[in-house]
Order: sequence, then C-alpha cells, then structure tokens
Amino acid sequence: MKPFTVHSGLVAPMDRANVDTDLIIPKQFLKSIKRSGFGPNLFDELRYLDEGQPGEDCSGRPVNDEFPLNFPRYAGASVLLARENFGCGSSREHAPWALEDYGFRCIIAPSFADIFFNNCFKNGMLPIALDAEIVDGLFQAMYANEGYALEVDLPNQLIRTPEGESIAFEVDAFRKDCTVNGLDDIGITLKSADAIRHYEAGLRQRAPWLFDVIGSR
Amino acid sequence: MAGKTLYDKLWQLHLVEQRDDGTALIYIDRHLIHEVTSPQAFEGLRLAGREPWRRDANLAVPDHNVPTEKAERAGGVAAIADPVSRLQVQTLDENCDAFDIVEIPINDRRQGIVHVVGPEQGATLPGMTVVCGDSHTSTHGALGALAHGIGTSEVEHVLATQCLIQKKMKNLLIRVDGQVQPGVTAKDIALAIIGEIGTAGGTGFAIEFGGEAVRALSMEGRMTLCNMSIEAGARMGMIAVDDVTLDYVKGRPYAPSGEQWTAAEAAWRDLHSDDDAEFDRVVVLEGAAIKPQVTWGTSPEMVLPIDALVPGPQDFEDPVKRSACERALEYMGLEAGQAISEIRPDRVFIGSCTNSRIEDLREAANVVRGRSKAASVKQVLIVPGSGEVKAQAEAEGLDKVFMDAGMEWREPGCSMCLAMNADKLGAGEHCASTSNRNFEGRQGFGGRTHLVSPAMAAAAAVAGHFVDVRELIEGAA
Repeated sequence: MKPFTVHSGLVAPMDRANVDTDLIIPKQFLKSIKRSGFGPNLFDELRYLDEGQPGEDCSGRPVNDEFPLNFPRYAGASVLLARENFGCGSSREHAPWALEDYGFRCIIAPSFADIFFNNCFKNGMLPIALDAEIVDGLFQAMYANEGYALEVDLPNQLIRTPEGESIAFEVDAFRKDCTVNGLDDIGITLKSADAIRHYEAGLRQRAPWLFDVIGSR
Repeated sequence: MAGKTLYDKLWQLHLVEQRDDGTALIYIDRHLIHEVTSPQAFEGLRLAGREPWRRDANLAVPDHNVPTEKAERAGGVAAIADPVSRLQVQTLDENCDAFDIVEIPINDRRQGIVHVVGPEQGATLPGMTVVCGDSHTSTHGALGALAHGIGTSEVEHVLATQCLIQKKMKNLLIRVDGQVQPGVTAKDIALAIIGEIGTAGGTGFAIEFGGEAVRALSMEGRMTLCNMSIEAGARMGMIAVDDVTLDYVKGRPYAPSGEQWTAAEAAWRDLHSDDDAEFDRVVVLEGAAIKPQVTWGTSPEMVLPIDALVPGPQDFEDPVKRSACERALEYMGLEAGQAISEIRPDRVFIGSCTNSRIEDLREAANVVRGRSKAASVKQVLIVPGSGEVKAQAEAEGLDKVFMDAGMEWREPGCSMCLAMNADKLGAGEHCASTSNRNFEGRQGFGGRTHLVSPAMAAAAAVAGHFVDVRELIEGAA
C-alpha cells in the first residue's frame, strides 16, 4: 500500500449528499477481476452522456460538459470535496479503487458511510470527516478561487488552506499508523497468529458445531 | 453495572484480542463468498503466497452475474452469454478449486442469492459472526448473529487470518411497538424506519430490532428487516433469538443435530439483550401507524405511504435535502404534488436478497391469484432467491399463479436488483421493485426504481399503477 504522509493537491467538488457507490462506479464495471483500471469509469453516469461498457475505450465517448470533474479547472484534482454520507450503499471496494485510479488521494466530507470509510484506508486513500460548516466554507473558497489547493498533513492531522488556515482533523490511531507507513493489515494480524489459534481451540470446545461441517472439497 | 445488549454479547464472544489503540481482533465464524468481490482477494493471497486460514469456515456461491432465463441457464457457466460475466463466474469456480473451498455451483439445486442460501442451508447460525463481501450481509443478523458486509481487502484478510480488525460500534435499539395491520409487511416496516431515521441514521451503530411487531415476524420477515439495516446506514442489524429462530434453524443441512443441537440451543437462548441493557440511542415506531410504503426518489429515505403525494423542494428546509429532492424529481420524471398512486410502473421485479424467500412469493401470489398483469406493464419478473425456494414455490403451484397472470418465472439469482446480468430497466422506465436500492442507474442506465413490498409490487403489476394492496386482499381494511 502506498504510504500517505503529506499531500498537496487541487480540490474538486462532488456537491451533493448521499453519493452512493453505484454512482461512484456503476455495476457493469464490477465484472472486472482486476483491482486497477476503474479510473476512466469513475462517476461514469455523470461524466458521460452515454451508457458505459466494461473494457470500452472512454476517450471517444460523449462527455457531460455540465459535470464539474469535466471542467478544465478541476483537471488533475487529487482532493475531493463532498457532502454528507459519501459512499453509502454497497460494500464494493471498486469505489475507492476507482477514485484512486482517477487520481484522488483524499476525500473531505461532513460524514461517510461506514463500509466505504473503512475500504478507503485499505487502499491508502484518506477520508476526512469535518464539521458540515467547515466543509461548506471549503466549498465556497474552492468555488471562488480557481486552482484552489489544500495541503493534507496526516502525521500532524492538519489541513492547510491557501489562506494560511490550519484545520485539525480526527483519525483512528491504528488507521493512521497503517496509512502513514503503508502497512499491510494482514501482516499485522498474522503477528497474533498464536492468539487466534488459542481462541480457536477454546471455540472448538465451546461450540463444536461451528467446525468441520462444511469441510473442504 | 448495566446489562449487555445482544451486540455486546456477540462482540465479547468473538473477541480474540483487545488492543491499546482501541481496535480489536474479532474472530469470524462464517465467511460467505460470491463472484463479484472475491477475485481480487484470491489474487492477493496468491501474490503473497498465503493459504486460507480455515477452509471449512468458507462457503461460496455465484449469484450476482448468473442469468435467470431458463435457456441460457441450462448450459451452466459455459453458456453465460456475456463474456465478462462468464469470466467472473468461472474465476470463482477456479479459485474455489485452487484454494479448496466448498462452492455451491451455478446449477446446483441449492444455488441462489448468498443471503438466501446461507440461512436456508444452516450455513449461518445464531451466535455466529458472519461476513461477506456484500453490504446486505446484515440479513443474517435476523438469526441473532453478528453479520456485516466487508470490502475486498477484508475478504482477503478473513481468508488469510479468520479475523477482522474492528472497533466496537454504538448500540441502537429500533423498537416497533404493537401490531402492524394486515397487508403491511416487514418491507414496509424497514422502509418506514429508513424514512424516520434517514439513510445515514444508523451510521456508526449496530442496530437491534425489537418490539412486539418485530417479534411477530417470521424468519423471512426478520431477514427482510435486517437486510435493509445498511440502507439506514448501519453495517449490521440483528434480532434476538427466540422460538421462531430455533424452529427455523432446526433440521437445516449444516445446522447441528442431536447432542450438539442441545448444547447449541442452550448457548443460543442467551442471545438477547439483558433487561437492563443500555443503548446509546433508542428509536420507537408504532406498528399500527405504518402503512404500505413506496419510494418516490433516488435514496431509500425518499419514501412515503401509498396514500401520500410526491413532495417538492419547498417541503424541505435543509438546502442539501432541497436540492436532492429537486434532482430526484428530475431523474424520476415526477412532479411535486402528484399522487404516488398515479405512478405507473413499466416493469415489476419481485426478487433480491431482500424479498425472494418463500413467504415473499406467497404474499405476491396471494395478490396475483385470479388476476392478470395490467396491459400497460411490459414485464413482471419473479426471481426466486434460491433453487430451494423455487422448488418449494413450484410444489405449492405459485409458479402457475404467476405465469397464468402473464408474469415470468425465472431461475434464482440477484437479477434486476442490480442488473449485472441481462435483467435490467431501459432508460426512463419506472419499476416497482422488491429490492433494496433506488439509486440512480441501479437497475439499469436511466432506470427509475420504486421500492415496495412483494404484495405492493404484485398489486402494482395487476393494477398498472401503485395501489394500496389492502384494497386487493381479503382480511385487510
């Protein structure tokens, strides 16, 4: 996983509440058996005027000029500013994969759906929840200033604005550690292999019906 | 000290390690696998040279991509017309072979939607932790289990370690007091709850559903209710174990029997919140006040009773909600002030992990019996949740009821709930759907979904417009 320490990037808007994972990456693209290549289909139904198909070259598709991510001023954005309950709906990790593949490293919103929030951290993507008023202020500043960029400092848990303001944010200690250092969760958990085996032995005594019923092939 | 909630108990029972940073290692008893969210997880194991920690904790079944047309289905995986869907189902078969994991393959009689198959086979049981790379894993909470959806990285994590790193959620009790009226179903209760607390109302919480109206539900109804916890923002919803639970579980293929059953029953009887348990939040609804529900917008919280009028932006004070309403009306092609009963579905879909169990099909058939599909409705798809449900429905003659009325009786799968197979809406088409999400494009590009109960979907299919199903069935007001 790519470590996330300090990131500076252009900010782009997704100015609506309850952006669901179907909107982030529509289901036809979930048929892929790979982890990469979802970027061209991020927000597919909003970005293009036609219905996208998996494997299709998107460069010739009709583009929706009214969708902000298609505005030249937001080209190359890596920080997404969003509204309440971003990422609601399905558990598809294809949603953070698509955002990451497009170029986003950080999403700032008043709130996130639980599963999406969790999935982001597994991919070195930083979701930051801030008070709705602060997010609203960032939206206004971004709309008012072309080229509006933010510096996101994860080790110090601060967002620095071009106006010189510093906005503090919260992040779980464990997630922060994994994200800053690009650590692999599975490797960390396997350090507790003995504890897992010990628990499992007790469980087998206590609830033997949980074992060896389905079996293997 | 206050007593424990059901969630507290399940959490405690599965705690492997509590860490100083507030996270915990939680043991996972059952991992369900389907074809969409697992390929990259198996690939991850391969790349890291890792093996599954405990093979017998896993059960796989393809459901999202499988065709539901008899002819296409008959040829098995090789006959799936869409090459991308075919590859995904084939990949699941290959991964299960390679990693020695039991799979219920496409044309096995037990195949179906993973959240229908799990409880039906006794593969998910009370007291278990159950996870799956699918947000509707909350369904299994109906058995008194701690069940929730995970992303693909966590699918890989569970395969490799049989554990997840988690933080404990807060406790939310949703109590539905009294009795619901005849014709009002678990789906209407679920939609009414989401209408009340909103689509983010349960974020950060584990929900327990309780109260007289919940206790009165069958297991099928309880699964419908827990299924939609995620639409209220909660990853997990659960219901205490009682006689209804135990009667349902007993005798299932993977359920314990004999002495093990006696021991299991004794353990499961404790799976309820203590009388003095404290919840972080309590929401109470009156069962008798709940009417059949219909969603009008593009989020499950945009829901109203059948006798209501479509709202307009001016009905919302919050500017974010106001603009969401405006956009939803435009997408849905509806006018503010229009009666919900005037909306005319082009297609009707009865199926999905929310509503494709035998009771759902019986409820729909009760409305359809002796009536016909309205001429204005292009297609009515009835998609049973599993081969077992299909066989049971056929034994009861329900398939004939639907087909005699001009409706299509299909093979089991996720089908038009998310339209990853050939079953989908055309742009601009309205659908009365028993599924769980009315997001833009969910059932097809430009499709317009209205979430309803199976009885309400059947009523709309025969009437040609949404109608209070209580007007069509005996014994209801």
